[in-house]
Amino acid sequence: MSRGELPELTAHELSDLLRSKAVSAREVLSAFWSRLEEVEPDLHSFVLPCRETAQQQAAAVDERRARGEPLPPLAGVPLALKDIFCTRGIETTCCSRILKGFVPPYDAHVVERCRANGLLFLGKTNMDEFAMGSSTENSAVGVTRNPWDLDRVPGGSSGGSAAAVTAGQAVVALGTDTGGSIRQPASFCGIVGLKPTYGRVSRYGVIAFASSLDQVGPLTRDVRDCALMLNLLAGRDPRDATSIDRPVPDYTAALSGSAKGLRVGLVREFMEYQGIGVDEEVEAAVRAAVDRLRELGAETGEVSLPHLDYSIPVYYIIAPAEASSNLARYDGVQYGYRSPGTTDIIDMYRKTRDEGFGPEVKRRIMLGTYALSAGYYDAYYLKASQVRTLIRRDFDRAFERFDVLVGPTSPTVAFRLGEKTEDPVAMYLSDVCTIPVNLAGLPGMSLPCGFSSDGLPIGLQLVGPPFGEETMLRAAYAFEQSTGYHLRRLRPVESHEGRRRAVARASTG
Amino acid sequence: MRLTPEEVDHVALLARLELTAREREQFTTQLNSILEHFEQLRQIDTVGVPPMSHAVEVSNVFREDEPAPSLSPEEALANAPDRADDCFRVPRVLE
Repeated sequence: MSRGELPELTAHELSDLLRSKAVSAREVLSAFWSRLEEVEPDLHSFVLPCRETAQQQAAAVDERRARGEPLPPLAGVPLALKDIFCTRGIETTCCSRILKGFVPPYDAHVVERCRANGLLFLGKTNMDEFAMGSSTENSAVGVTRNPWDLDRVPGGSSGGSAAAVTAGQAVVALGTDTGGSIRQPASFCGIVGLKPTYGRVSRYGVIAFASSLDQVGPLTRDVRDCALMLNLLAGRDPRDATSIDRPVPDYTAALSGSAKGLRVGLVREFMEYQGIGVDEEVEAAVRAAVDRLRELGAETGEVSLPHLDYSIPVYYIIAPAEASSNLARYDGVQYGYRSPGTTDIIDMYRKTRDEGFGPEVKRRIMLGTYALSAGYYDAYYLKASQVRTLIRRDFDRAFERFDVLVGPTSPTVAFRLGEKTEDPVAMYLSDVCTIPVNLAGLPGMSLPCGFSSDGLPIGLQLVGPPFGEETMLRAAYAFEQSTGYHLRRLRPVESHEGRRRAVARASTG
Repeated sequence: MRLTPEEVDHVALLARLELTAREREQFTTQLNSILEHFEQLRQIDTVGVPPMSHAVEVSNVFREDEPAPSLSPEEALANAPDRADDCFRVPRVLE
């Protein structure tokens, strides 16, 4: 194995090499850093690379290993962090002008966990401002491009994290998922992304978007890495009162390779929202995946969850309502940007927020403020919260018959940059398959299940009952190991045109 | 339910946003189109359905009331756009 090939590996493969001392953490970092710099001008996955931090962490891992100390399994593994996680001493902006210059005085719980486990922080990744978006085009610091086709979006909002893992700039990444922001970019980039059950992972130190929907989860290259990351992230944290006190299993123990006896239900409403079907190639890949699971010993069937047809309006009332309240804290007083030269406090608030927030964030604050305002609360927020109950009940009923539900992660493959930026509703519809899972608080994941005729990845979504991460991982692992879609890797090349050729090779090879 | 430009201004004030004329016009159109999309919820019978506020039922979560370390004033003020001694400074609130 040459050093240049290290960025092609998974975290568990790197972990084995590190443990056997075949490579040092410093060598791993150096290989990934070269890759990062090589492809970053094309992709713009990162908003803040953190070379020095990573170098110190790598040196610390190597020293501990040299002293013969027992190290956690992912010590020395390169990690990318979405810019939504507070990182002590490292600027954290949520890709918003309003948080420019904010240096958190503390770490998010999940960041603490990653530090304690010896992961190397390669940097903060690009995202839609305050995680509001499905393409990473709403970032205040520019777009990220999809490594499979530079004219396309990587998905969003965790688009930088997904692109970084796909292109070998990091091997694992953390994202957040409020309506699909881990699963949809994982799908668009051909990697694995998992949103845990609401409450499985602490949200402490994660910049809030919609608090009843937000969850933290990993983006990885294969299912085993995903399970390893979940081992590290999950668990009760007293600083997040909604995090659940429940034992954390070893998720890798679920990776038996067998789907025998699993009851798998294809959700009709994932394939067709309000009568409009997903793309033909997406549908074909998902149906083929269900067939494959059946060949692997699963019992498969179809199920209808009728209230999923109302997911988009329910979500776009609840999420902006919660966001309008959460984002009230950005007022130019305690941190971040303040509009200069104002003499009146209300004027200061309004100018600061007008200049600090981008258009999508303002749109959602406006929508949420309106939905919660006097006279409209019952018609919008209350109504949406009641329909949310009906959506959850549909899922509960489906889980009486099935162990795991499946469908596409997104109705399409990665779309083109600029294709949906002028039409908010069209953009919102790209999360139609993932949003219901957040509304119901369930675990969901995406893994690659094929490629379109253009060579773009297609994602299969799995959904489990509350705390059913192990069942989901078991089905995902059996599918992955029998198909091998996760093994297709991109090779970085110098030019845009060169990369297109490289993509074509990868998808026919 | 049509949202007028005047209502958009009122919501902007509630949200402490200041919209340019262009934003005001854009938001009026876009918010109306989004609100129109919401109308379909009216078709659903929700009589007697409890609203869902959290995904997992959690009752009161208590902890011991014990002092623990917190941010020092210096750390808390380190990111302030403007400060005076140990306080955040803002434009005059009262005349």
